[in-house]
Amino acid sequence: MTVRVGVVVFPGSNCDRDTLRGLELAGAEAVPLWHEQADLGGVAAVVLPGGFAYGDYLRAGVIARFSPVMRAVSAFAAHGGLVLGICNGFQVLAEAGLVPGALLRNRGLRFVGRDVRIVAERLDTPFTSLVEAGRGMVMPIAHGEGCYFADGATLDELEREGKVLFRYVHEDGTAASADGDPANPNGSLRAIAGVLNARGNVAGLMPHPERAADALLGSDDGLPILRSLVEAAAKASGGTPAGVSGERRVPVAVGPG
Amino acid sequence: MSEYRFAVNVAPKPGILDPQGRAVEGSLAHLGVTGVSGVRVGRRVELTVEAGSEAEARATVERLAGELFSNPLIEAFAVESLAGVVAATGAAG
Repeated sequence: MTVRVGVVVFPGSNCDRDTLRGLELAGAEAVPLWHEQADLGGVAAVVLPGGFAYGDYLRAGVIARFSPVMRAVSAFAAHGGLVLGICNGFQVLAEAGLVPGALLRNRGLRFVGRDVRIVAERLDTPFTSLVEAGRGMVMPIAHGEGCYFADGATLDELEREGKVLFRYVHEDGTAASADGDPANPNGSLRAIAGVLNARGNVAGLMPHPERAADALLGSDDGLPILRSLVEAAAKASGGTPAGVSGERRVPVAVGPG
Repeated sequence: MSEYRFAVNVAPKPGILDPQGRAVEGSLAHLGVTGVSGVRVGRRVELTVEAGSEAEARATVERLAGELFSNPLIEAFAVESLAGVVAATGAAG
């Protein structure tokens, strides 16, 4: 059985198709989940895609947070279900309190759409297990509010607990600085591009792995992130990624129902 | 029931980087204005609440201000009552 991964579609989501396609390339059966549905249809993992949910009115992600599907996603996450938020999806997760911190207006005030380089700080997570150690991954960003913020104590705790999942880096792999460094496109504190929640089953990042999931698009550096998620979802649900052979693992109950 | 009109003023908390405020401040010299500092840009939400009393209406506004209009991690809010009772609705008495 191919593992099913859901992609939430909010009014204003615009990366949902790319994300569905990226997850298929990563071996999943990818299904859209409409924002008004209060049930996740038994998927083994959920991805919140990029875009401008509800027009980004008030603050990016905040209105989406109160949609019926997000109540289901919160319950799913509370039961250990795997959730990945990309760009606007990361903003929704932060507004919902499912990952720590907030995404502020880019320090340069402008919307930035270009390639950036990130590294995964941990490779033992459901989102990075297939990422090559120490490898800088090039993928696009496209956002106006991606400046990662948390207070100093929270930042220290995130670093101490290994919850900084991705960081913006220079070409040589050294971490970007917070201010005035082109390698850090939005001024994120401590050059944080992505974080994990305390339990390690929810992650968000500003760059777009799904837009770098096929070499034809210029980079497939994002594919290992999606493949990691699909493999972890398969393990959790007892399914298998399509085209991936391997022993069936003991099913572990995840998510509601 | 009566209708009460409120405004909620939301601003970045002290110490939170406010690039908009900084950009506005940077533009002041172009207007020939000097001696202005500490510009912070926030937002203002005005709303009418139907409730049995002003205290009840204010409680609703406070909840919305904390959960929806502002993000407590980065923003502070202040609730302001506008012109008291806007209109009484329903049967009098």
